[in-house]
Amino acid sequence: MKNTLLDLYHKDGTKKLLASLISILMGLLLGAVLIVIVGLSKPTIGNKDIIKGVQMIFAGILTKGLTPDGGLAWGYNAQNLGNMLFRATPIIMTGLSVAVAYKTGLFNIGAPGQYLMGTMASLSIALGIPGDSMPSWVIWLLAFLGGCLAGALWGAIPGMLKAFLNINEVLACIMANWIAAYLVSWYFSESSFRNVTEGTKTAYIYMTSYNGVATSKMGLDKLFPGSQVNGGFLVAVLIAVAMYILLNKTTLGYQLKACGSNRHAARYAGINDKRNIVLSMAIAGALAAGGASLYWLSGNTEFYWNTYQSLPGEGFDGISVALLASSNPIGAVFTGVFLSMLKVVGSQLAGFTAYNEYITDVIIGCIVYFSAFSLMIRMLLTSRKKKVPQAAAADQAGPVPAPDPSGDPVENEQEQEGGDEA
Amino acid sequence: MTFLIQETMKFAVPLMIVALAGVFAERSGIINLALEGIMIMGAFIGALVVYSLQELTVFTQAAAQGNWLTLQGLSLLALLIAMIGGAVFSLLLSFASINLKADQTIGGTALNLMAPALVLFLVRMIAGQNTLRMSPPADAASWFMIRKSTFGVDKSVDWGFFGETFINKTYPITYLCILVFIVLSVLLYKTRLGLRLRSCGENPQAADSLGINVYKMRYLGTTISGALAGMGGFLYALTVDGCSAGGSVAGMGFLALAVMIFGNWKPLNITLAALLFGLFKCIAAGYSYIDLNGDGVFALADLGLSSYVYGMLPYIVTLIVLAFTSRNSRAPKAEGIPYDKGSR
Repeated sequence: MKNTLLDLYHKDGTKKLLASLISILMGLLLGAVLIVIVGLSKPTIGNKDIIKGVQMIFAGILTKGLTPDGGLAWGYNAQNLGNMLFRATPIIMTGLSVAVAYKTGLFNIGAPGQYLMGTMASLSIALGIPGDSMPSWVIWLLAFLGGCLAGALWGAIPGMLKAFLNINEVLACIMANWIAAYLVSWYFSESSFRNVTEGTKTAYIYMTSYNGVATSKMGLDKLFPGSQVNGGFLVAVLIAVAMYILLNKTTLGYQLKACGSNRHAARYAGINDKRNIVLSMAIAGALAAGGASLYWLSGNTEFYWNTYQSLPGEGFDGISVALLASSNPIGAVFTGVFLSMLKVVGSQLAGFTAYNEYITDVIIGCIVYFSAFSLMIRMLLTSRKKKVPQAAAADQAGPVPAPDPSGDPVENEQEQEGGDEA
Repeated sequence: MTFLIQETMKFAVPLMIVALAGVFAERSGIINLALEGIMIMGAFIGALVVYSLQELTVFTQAAAQGNWLTLQGLSLLALLIAMIGGAVFSLLLSFASINLKADQTIGGTALNLMAPALVLFLVRMIAGQNTLRMSPPADAASWFMIRKSTFGVDKSVDWGFFGETFINKTYPITYLCILVFIVLSVLLYKTRLGLRLRSCGENPQAADSLGINVYKMRYLGTTISGALAGMGGFLYALTVDGCSAGGSVAGMGFLALAVMIFGNWKPLNITLAALLFGLFKCIAAGYSYIDLNGDGVFALADLGLSSYVYGMLPYIVTLIVLAFTSRNSRAPKAEGIPYDKGSR
């Protein structure tokens, strides 16, 4: 028994998980410290509010509201949990997008732009095809695939610039983001999809349910009554599994990863590196855009189209999701759920205390910052391990970029536990 | 024409100074992707200084007495504190990438995520809304801007093309930034210290073998970079953002990175690149007011294109320009690679 535990500890995947958990814990602690400092420096915030704020940071998902005397009521909150899964759906997809690109050596900071292009395509299809001309599920499918295609094309542009003209993909992606932001605003400002029937709303697009298109609930609304959750979450999980298989069990995945580790060596081995860079960015783009499709096709959210003012946060959250999951597609599901939990907690925090929801983004930023040290944390864990008399200890030490596939199930089970605790 | 030049300067100077910030970091071997985040931080800290001083009605008193030297001095103070704030914030990046040898792209991205969130959180706590105006009731721009009335000259007096363009309705801080740009460029390219710093971005092992402390040099490069980005951020908040700071500088930090690459990591080229991008930014922001020859015909507005097209323009131009220049661009050789004494 003791040996199996030790073996588990020595697995690279376990150490990655531990490093991620340490990053999460440090991020949460810093968030709590910030809450306390701001609370103490602002006379309008009492000690009670500070305590409430700290409690919410660590366990806000389990709050049910306020008790009559102003304290927090705790318990199972189906609406919160359902909304958590609903909001996790797009960021799991953008997380997969960043993760797949990262595995192939590219940093896809273009997820926000790809997300917007997916939004544009799938909303146009879902609202543009007359609802009575074909079954609504066909429209849904067309809109989803159309969104993915638009994202793939948009993602391929930086890919081509990188492959053929040697432009840094980070810069190309950032420029593409802003171009997309203006493009989408321009397109919708001229389109007939603007919500004009509800006079109080400016710059909003109709919900897709206006045309009878909405993602099936697949029974999830029974589990989480009163929330916005729908089958899109399950689709995202399936896609995550598919990406895991693509990357780890297929020739294409091997080629993509080979280009990522060393482009020149891959070309020497007969792999078409330019094609693979473009392909990898196209897949990444399709994933990010697919996240947008799943989010907007839910039918219960409306899109604010003046996007040129700020890029969608879902795209940037994808970076955090992927980094925290060490670019493991299955891990991205859990980190995506975890981050969206923080976001739900943030809106709770804004509702129940004097603080505002941006604290969650601060925490996420800190977590990403700490996860940049994950290599260091893993090395620390390894050097501590050397004191244990174990012959094979030394060869675990190196920074191995690809995770051991056999270590993954373990990693992910624990990840979920970690997420729930926090 | 006056309008065009003034507006172009408004965008070009922050771009220039932040691009130089990028040069300092990259020449010392650290990719500073966090320029955007540091700008946001600098803008916020500078705005906060002005805001807190105004809480004591320092500015309105000085303005009422017409004491414009005090006003400029105070704006200088705010700029200085914004620079210090930027430098301190950039230490997070230096620490991660120099001491802990973390991935610099991730470290920079983390800072870019953290800065707007932290700023928005604090701005909300302080002002109860999403932007921190430097002076809620008063016209803050009038505190920092030179006008004819500053010198007691009547508005109707014509100062000629030069005076109207470069003195009337300008911010002295802008010229200070240009001065800093020149001084630091000379420092980087004409002094021993600059040579040492650049050597750490090209071949840190060789530099180390000659007794240069690579870690120290890289800290120096990133810290100067942070200070300059903070400076650019405050300037942006002052001129472009209308004396307010929110959690965004609208991608200026990233545009500055593009300017840096387009300018091939050299100050003179960067100046030209910044002017080009500034021009396009200016067209995007004010295309409907641009009247080149003063005959009352607004040529760009008459084209009838959507404002979104002009908004896109700077970014499209960036991509096209990069497509043509990136083959010849020569980045510092060792940028992005953590320095490890043991490796060769």
